[in-house]
Amino acid sequence: MRRIFAGVIMLILMSLVTYVLFFSGGLHPERAACGKNCSPAQWEQTKKALGYDKPAVVQWGEFLKGTVAGRTYPEDKALAKANPSLVSTCPAPCLGYSVVNTTNVSTEVKTAFPVSFSLAILAFIMWIVGGVFFGVIAALRRGTVVDRGIVGVSLIFYAFPTFWIGLFFLKFFAIQWQIFPVPSYVNLTDSPLAWLGNLVLPSLTLALIYMAGYVRMTRAFVLESFGEDYLRTARAKGLPNRRVLVKHSLRASLTPIVTMAGLDFGALVGGAIITESVFNYDGLGALAVDSVRTLDLPTIVGLVVVLAAFIILANIVVDILYAVIDPRVRLG
Amino acid sequence: MTHAASSPAPETVPQQRPSGQPFLSVRDLLVHFPTVDGVVKATDGLSFDLARGKTLGIVGESGSGKSVSSSTILGLQRGTRAIVKGEILLDGTDLLSISDEQMRLRRGRDVAMIFQDPLSAMHPYYTVGNQIGEAYMVHHDVSKKAARARAIEMLDRVGIPQPDRRVDDYPHQFSGGMRQRAMIAMGLINDPGLLIADEPTTALDVTVQAQILDLLQDLQREFNSAIIIITHDLGVVAEMADDVLVMYAGRCVEYGPTKEILTQPQMPYTWGLLSSVPDVAGDTESRLVPIPGNPPSLLNPPSGCAFHPRCAHLDKVPGNLCRTDLPDLTPATTGGNHVKRCHLVHPEDVWAKEVLPEIAPELAEQNQEPTA
Repeated sequence: MRRIFAGVIMLILMSLVTYVLFFSGGLHPERAACGKNCSPAQWEQTKKALGYDKPAVVQWGEFLKGTVAGRTYPEDKALAKANPSLVSTCPAPCLGYSVVNTTNVSTEVKTAFPVSFSLAILAFIMWIVGGVFFGVIAALRRGTVVDRGIVGVSLIFYAFPTFWIGLFFLKFFAIQWQIFPVPSYVNLTDSPLAWLGNLVLPSLTLALIYMAGYVRMTRAFVLESFGEDYLRTARAKGLPNRRVLVKHSLRASLTPIVTMAGLDFGALVGGAIITESVFNYDGLGALAVDSVRTLDLPTIVGLVVVLAAFIILANIVVDILYAVIDPRVRLG
Repeated sequence: MTHAASSPAPETVPQQRPSGQPFLSVRDLLVHFPTVDGVVKATDGLSFDLARGKTLGIVGESGSGKSVSSSTILGLQRGTRAIVKGEILLDGTDLLSISDEQMRLRRGRDVAMIFQDPLSAMHPYYTVGNQIGEAYMVHHDVSKKAARARAIEMLDRVGIPQPDRRVDDYPHQFSGGMRQRAMIAMGLINDPGLLIADEPTTALDVTVQAQILDLLQDLQREFNSAIIIITHDLGVVAEMADDVLVMYAGRCVEYGPTKEILTQPQMPYTWGLLSSVPDVAGDTESRLVPIPGNPPSLLNPPSGCAFHPRCAHLDKVPGNLCRTDLPDLTPATTGGNHVKRCHLVHPEDVWAKEVLPEIAPELAEQNQEPTA
């Protein structure tokens, strides 16, 4: 409970920081909305209409109020009464209204989120399974060609830029050999099979980058656990090797892997910008890049809050998992 | 301290077994570890016998090869690069020549080990009952429930109060003494013929130490198992062991019945060990006499007798013998199966005239009158 409370405080502070930083840069987010031939007077008017004339902190206050009570754009009661079709409503929890995309930020996030989340979760499964599997193999075959091969190959993938691997997959697996479809996002609810098939290449691209770290980490922690006294005890009991490895060694190595995996996943939900660009997926990463390019403040703030919320959530989940894994840990 | 040290009928020659074949017989055991710096000779030609119901104490400084020898009996060196030679005959089977799988099946069932520092020797993530029951389940085709019942039974046997509740506790919820009791329960759950206790009381305070040693003796009587107790505590040896094997630099330097080793040792290293034991009843101002120098490197042990750089009696041996020739294990003047590895011609005189008066004057006076 205390953690969730701290998390909410953190989110509020992060939105404030975003507002302050945005306006400290001398940017003119209203310029684009003003049109091609923009006189100073028109400019002023646009600025006022969009609410960018107020101090950053005031705008932040309105944003906060909106997340609880909802907002209307523009904030003009008379206009709303006289001509309701000119006013856009943003029901609570309102993250803002994007003038650039002429839609509510929450709608933007809702559209882009499943794309990024699907990509993240599939990549996550791939790299955890692959990373732990190859890490254990490398640890068991320590010092042999197999060990060096696994560590070496995973490093090669780690060293290659994402866009290179992504384009490579796209060119050969999708276009030349046509093993997988040229990826385009399909909703899970529309066709689970197509959803999966289309996600294989992008997720694999993403997973290969992350996997290197997990291979090395699993290898290191499994090797470390081999030196522990309790592993010697397990062997002294006459347990078969497989059981010593799975029940005693891997369980002990789980804590650090879960920590890193939780945080990596939380961050990845926020969008894999390069992977999404290569495969032309309209996920949160792509949305973030566009919003920064067009100085779309409401979208930027909305994304910051949503993505930060995911990282905080991942942290809380990791903390809870600690207590599940290690009986010595008590949740405070 | 020695109230239960010897078995009901004190034997003068423990080596005479009724069956002829001792339960455990280690012959010329050699354990070497090849490393980049050279070969570490952890154990070099170790031999001893042990009968059921008897206890052998192995003493020596840290790094003298005690633990390596015992974990080799358990086959824990398998899968490493250790070079092992010799014979370990348990009930007539050579543990060094059976397959890994056969050794695994014996581990925990025929030979069990309890370790020092049970906090790190037990897995922190599993309940005590789970870990004890696991040792039973791996050698018996029983359900989890039966294993749990057996674990509760064993916890009760080793004196854990409310075993049916404590069985679900984690090791960190146990006290140090209880953890060691749980380790013993784990070691004895399959009624092993041979139990190796590697410094079982090192991490415990003295009152708990005494309880644990009493428990081990009770259980030994009950299960008639052979025990090897590895320790650097001569008090533990006096309390528990029938025979003592003193190790130095991977070799046996003195071996014999506990009483003889403690009262008539014939090797300067054993003298040193005895000199460095504090006397509870002694003068608080009196100083302990440590053995000068450091334990030798097993990578490059000293030539000749490995103890010669630290030996105070080097000048009593003619010539350079101690530096050049490794002394053989020869029968001590006390006879029986007491053997020692020393070039001194009359070690019993040196002990009686020089060493004993210094560390225990009152005993030295008593010994002036000839006693067998």
